[in-house]
Amino acid sequence: MAERSEKQDGAAAKPEAVRELEKVREIAVARNIVGTPYRRVDGRAKVTGLTRFADDLSFPRMVHMRLVRSIVPHARIVSIDTSKAAAMPGVLAFLVGKDMPIPFGILPVSQDEHALCIDKVRFVGDPVVAIAALTDDQAYEASLAVGVEYESLETIATVEEAIATPEPRIHDYSDEGNIHKKVSMQFGELEEGFAEADEIFEDVLLFEGNTHLPMEQHATVAVPEDDGRVTVWSSTQTPHYLHRSLAKVLELPASRIRVIACPNGGGFGGKSDPFNHEIAAAKMALTLGRPVKICLTREEVFYCHRGRHPVLMKLRTGFKRDGRMTAQHLQTALDGGAYGSYGVASTYYTGALQTVTYDLPRYRFDSVRCFTNKPPCGPKRGHGTPQPRFGLEVHLDKVAVKLGIDPADIRLNNLVQPNTITANWLKVGSIGLKKCIEAVVAGSGWRERRGKLPHGRGLGLACGSYLSGAGLPIYWNHMPQSGVQLKLDRSGCVAAFCGQTEIGQGSDSVLAGIVAEVLGIELLDIRLCVADTDLTPVDLGSYSSRVTLMMGNAALQAAQRAREIVARAVSEQLKVPQDRLVFAERRVFDSEDPSKGLSWPDACGCAESRFGTLGTTGSYIPPRSPGRYRGAGVGPSPAYSYSATVVEVEVDPETGLYRVEHVWMAHDVGKAINPVLVMGQIEGSVYMGLGEALMEEQVFRRLPKNRSNALVHKHPSMLEYKSPTFLEMPKVTSYIIEDPDPNGPFGAKEVGQGPLLPMMPAIANAIFDAVGVRVDQIPVHPHLVAKALEEKARGKEPRVGPRAFPSIDFGTPLRVPTPAEGGDGQAVNQDEAKVRTGTGTMTEREEALRGTKR
Amino acid sequence: MSSPVPSGTSVATLRVNGEERTVAFPTHHTLLEVLREELGLTGTKHGCELGECGTCTVLLDGKPVLSCLMLTVEAEGHAVETVEGLQQGNQLHPLQSAFADLGAAQCGYCTPGILMASKALLAANPAATREEIASALSGNLCRCTGYQKILEAVEWAGRTLCGENSPPARECSFGERLPEEVQRG
Repeated sequence: MAERSEKQDGAAAKPEAVRELEKVREIAVARNIVGTPYRRVDGRAKVTGLTRFADDLSFPRMVHMRLVRSIVPHARIVSIDTSKAAAMPGVLAFLVGKDMPIPFGILPVSQDEHALCIDKVRFVGDPVVAIAALTDDQAYEASLAVGVEYESLETIATVEEAIATPEPRIHDYSDEGNIHKKVSMQFGELEEGFAEADEIFEDVLLFEGNTHLPMEQHATVAVPEDDGRVTVWSSTQTPHYLHRSLAKVLELPASRIRVIACPNGGGFGGKSDPFNHEIAAAKMALTLGRPVKICLTREEVFYCHRGRHPVLMKLRTGFKRDGRMTAQHLQTALDGGAYGSYGVASTYYTGALQTVTYDLPRYRFDSVRCFTNKPPCGPKRGHGTPQPRFGLEVHLDKVAVKLGIDPADIRLNNLVQPNTITANWLKVGSIGLKKCIEAVVAGSGWRERRGKLPHGRGLGLACGSYLSGAGLPIYWNHMPQSGVQLKLDRSGCVAAFCGQTEIGQGSDSVLAGIVAEVLGIELLDIRLCVADTDLTPVDLGSYSSRVTLMMGNAALQAAQRAREIVARAVSEQLKVPQDRLVFAERRVFDSEDPSKGLSWPDACGCAESRFGTLGTTGSYIPPRSPGRYRGAGVGPSPAYSYSATVVEVEVDPETGLYRVEHVWMAHDVGKAINPVLVMGQIEGSVYMGLGEALMEEQVFRRLPKNRSNALVHKHPSMLEYKSPTFLEMPKVTSYIIEDPDPNGPFGAKEVGQGPLLPMMPAIANAIFDAVGVRVDQIPVHPHLVAKALEEKARGKEPRVGPRAFPSIDFGTPLRVPTPAEGGDGQAVNQDEAKVRTGTGTMTEREEALRGTKR
Repeated sequence: MSSPVPSGTSVATLRVNGEERTVAFPTHHTLLEVLREELGLTGTKHGCELGECGTCTVLLDGKPVLSCLMLTVEAEGHAVETVEGLQQGNQLHPLQSAFADLGAAQCGYCTPGILMASKALLAANPAATREEIASALSGNLCRCTGYQKILEAVEWAGRTLCGENSPPARECSFGERLPEEVQRG
């Protein structure tokens, strides 16, 4: 508590992490781990088959569960008949919606899901009945025998239909009809900005939805424990949020529920929501008094989704002739699918990070997220930001060509400076983007080759930026976003406890690496206990690229405190001043006489004798962001990462078929804690961005409206949902740029999501350089390239893409003066804007209405 | 002594990782299911159970097969090899240590299948080129790595199997050196 108040009082004081970092730098002579490639601590288990994913677990008396899912997109449930299924061999129990009537959802503002649908289904795949049986085969057979009678409701398939069809409403809450969320905000005097412009450019673009496609299908095992407690093992990226949802729906004190996140077989955001099957499995286990397992089929994984929102967007930007921006108006429309999920945050994210790469003095952002009868969209790698990033980077490319400026220069000339507060009140600390651009420009031979390659061959450039963790937690609280506990004893083993979740990104290795670094010991001296809500301090989860920075700072603090304790004891014993002690090579010794020292286990024993049982904690709370307006909670981060890429493509001008030949990617990670893992994240992001640009799409098939309400996934299988194989991968040249950020542990920022962002626009821009046509939508399918080439041949605009943004009344925007205009981070018309745009909670809306009436 | 096998159930003796095991299982169950459920060898993973992702790859008489598409009864009389059989004693196979050191396993879920497919390739052709490796592994999907580290790890293991001691280039772990003009700033 003392540190908290110190932190809050002393606004000018250095953040605690910085002070601790400086201390570490002072004392550490030999840095042996951080910055060196080391084998990930879970590496051996992963190559020997020992890593236990959720579906690898099994318990005595375990039974199996299956879900009966809706086969219609929008309907009232008339009746459910389980009698036939109940008579089948091995069948033990059923659950239906009314068995778990309390709603849940990841965001407090959209608690709109039920573990099983109660009266209504909202998409094909919405779960209605849970069945437990002795074997999975029996549960499956029984699931086919359950009869559900539906009364069909009108299907709403697209954003346009949702806007045009306020009734029937998919949910009985929303900002307006089937518009789930409507946002409008303006930073600065926009019209002044447009008046200052020499030219104003407009673009309308589409980013189709796509899904995470983790290799591991979601699985959960719920095990009832003594006296009504339950343990839930699950493939989840967010055990803490699952824990809260379980407590809510099961109406149990959270202390009786233990959630253990197994290592995830890939997440990418797809395992970040609390899921129906997790809650139903826990309920079933408590009902039967037996362990219950469910593993989703691959088809079900497609229906769980929570992936990339399809986003239609329009950009209107004023430019000076030298390429500087004067103002931008961005409008986005998100197809949210059937539930809220992270959607309100996603909506804001389609606008929030437009300001952190290039100087944008005035900015307006309007957005809607609509409910449609499709699997809910949510966060996928980049969460809401790849779509507008695609828009911005293609828009800039076009403007550069029109203004006769090199696309690299239009970016270099506009860069946000370090330690800036942007027009929308985001605080940018370090920014290594200049070096990123310079690296890929030099590496690819951009200056010599762009626009000069033979017809059919081209280069494209784009940049991006991402959060190193969201500044605010998902539910409002003042508690740490991440906590680490250490236990040390005479054995020399240091046990590190943290709620963080290993999803393949290497968070276990970052935790062990930082602790070992500070204490001067080896990775094998560290024993980890992670992602267990009973045993580990809360960490909010593996999302928003938050773990290295937030857990890393908590680990740094805990390790630093352990070091102090050991140093005090050793200093007394050896009669050496504390500041002369060195922690390295599993020893604590006098820097002036290295022979004088204790082995690490002896040093721990010395401290144990002096102080008793040893344990320390560390925690991390991000710095407060300067924005004070409604919606300012989305976008702030302790540090932003930056990326730049150049992509080379070879396009067949006859067929539109193209191949990405080479990708140069530079990423500013602040400091690479483990460079080999950073490389893995860069290459993995390049791959996933390539998939999104080339082929990946989560799309749906609808029969003519007058004939059927049907709306089904076009290809819920790994064969038909196309994703890149070994054969599609280009050569990748990666540059790790290190511009350390004072808020990061050892200066580290994120790398898991950022390098994905520039891939899609860079590919679209490269195709333009190769054959002179624009495909203003993702994926850039070859047939669209071919179509644009045909248009070009006919003398028409050589472009394929959406033409218009739907007409939507956004009302009066929230008006927030910028820092340059002398603003204070608050809106000047908070109440008026709330009423006009229908945003805010019900209570707030009522209060605002009363306020204007008075 | 022994009662007759109930209808729909089979009994088979399988040779898995060099060890003979007799198991009873539902006749329609695949090799994948019996490896994981009856034999407890959960190192072999599943991603689609339709033969689309390569995750469940095991070796049958040294050749990669998709265990989700093979009935267990078909495997009787053949040598089955899974990821659990790859290491010798406590010593990792060169493929395993290369994958672990290079981060070729991130989430690690596709890894057992890719290790087995790679083992079959290197057994036939330890000097496989990058193109040959990519082609041999093109039936195995991985969502984490972008395949780069896997290619580098298989090449490294191939060199080790050929008796060469040549770890991958520095760039594999640290990234490309910055062009000089950029370094100078």
